[in-house]
Amino acid sequence: MAIWDYANPTRFLRLVQIILPWLIGLCVIAFAVGLYMTFYTTPDDYQQGATVKIMYIHVPAAWLAMMCYSVMTISSLGTLVWKHPLADVSAKAAAPIGAAFTFMSLVTGSLWGKPMWGTYWVWDARLTSVLVLFIMYLGLIALWRTMEDPIKAGKAAAILTLVGALNLPIIKFSVEWWNTLHQPASVMRMDGPTIDASMLIPLFVMAVAFTLLFFVLHLMAMRNEILRRRVRAMRLKAAATARPATVTATAQPAE
Amino acid sequence: MDLGTHAGFIIASYAVCLAVVFGLILWVVIDRKRQEADLEELADQGITRAATAGDKASKAAKA
Repeated sequence: MAIWDYANPTRFLRLVQIILPWLIGLCVIAFAVGLYMTFYTTPDDYQQGATVKIMYIHVPAAWLAMMCYSVMTISSLGTLVWKHPLADVSAKAAAPIGAAFTFMSLVTGSLWGKPMWGTYWVWDARLTSVLVLFIMYLGLIALWRTMEDPIKAGKAAAILTLVGALNLPIIKFSVEWWNTLHQPASVMRMDGPTIDASMLIPLFVMAVAFTLLFFVLHLMAMRNEILRRRVRAMRLKAAATARPATVTATAQPAE
Repeated sequence: MDLGTHAGFIIASYAVCLAVVFGLILWVVIDRKRQEADLEELADQGITRAATAGDKASKAAKA
């Protein structure tokens, strides 16, 4: 079945109805396993001590912050290039979720930074580029709220999203291009992860849990957005059919 | 489970994440209820998707 088959919102809603309970179940299981491993089986780091436990939520939140924006970028291409009817629904639904994950990543990073670096914040390239990503998310949410017509808002937001996508490689490679306080990549490296398996496996489980959470929330938010557009379309239709009757009613006494 | 000397930072991190995740879940659940309430309100007024589809069909027939 092609992606175009789900251009029909009714068919898409039926699919969501089927897969959502499974995704929620898998998400709960992944979080239960991930949190158990984080607090009961993983060792403390020889330098960071127990503070390394913050990494199991900070790193997946940071990955999801970027993945969510990547989903929005692909959706924006879907809006502008292929005019897929659900593409801007997907992008709009993803923005608040992406903002929340970015916020999570910034706060947990700060809370890790204070005991490890001695400061909550430093204007280095990685932290600053993630802050820019958070501001981009807020800007896109504001843009969608300022324009009443969802189709026009979707096109404007799609252009802004594509411009903002330039920030993604900057975030990813900032720790290599500039001398930053933030440590370089230790999982996604050409020569393989530098983290021990006892920490890498729980991190991977938590990353899967966060990814499932994103898909659950995204599908639910997309469903809400489709319903919102239905309500809007029906109200507009009702107003359009009511208007001629009102004009006739008001015109009669004048005659 | 010993969280060491920086337990406050660890607990605060997990508390913030929990609050954000609950916030997101509340947002989608409340939003869904609001949309369904709006749809029900429209249905009570006789405005349904079937009715608007019917309007379209009758217009097409007139054309």
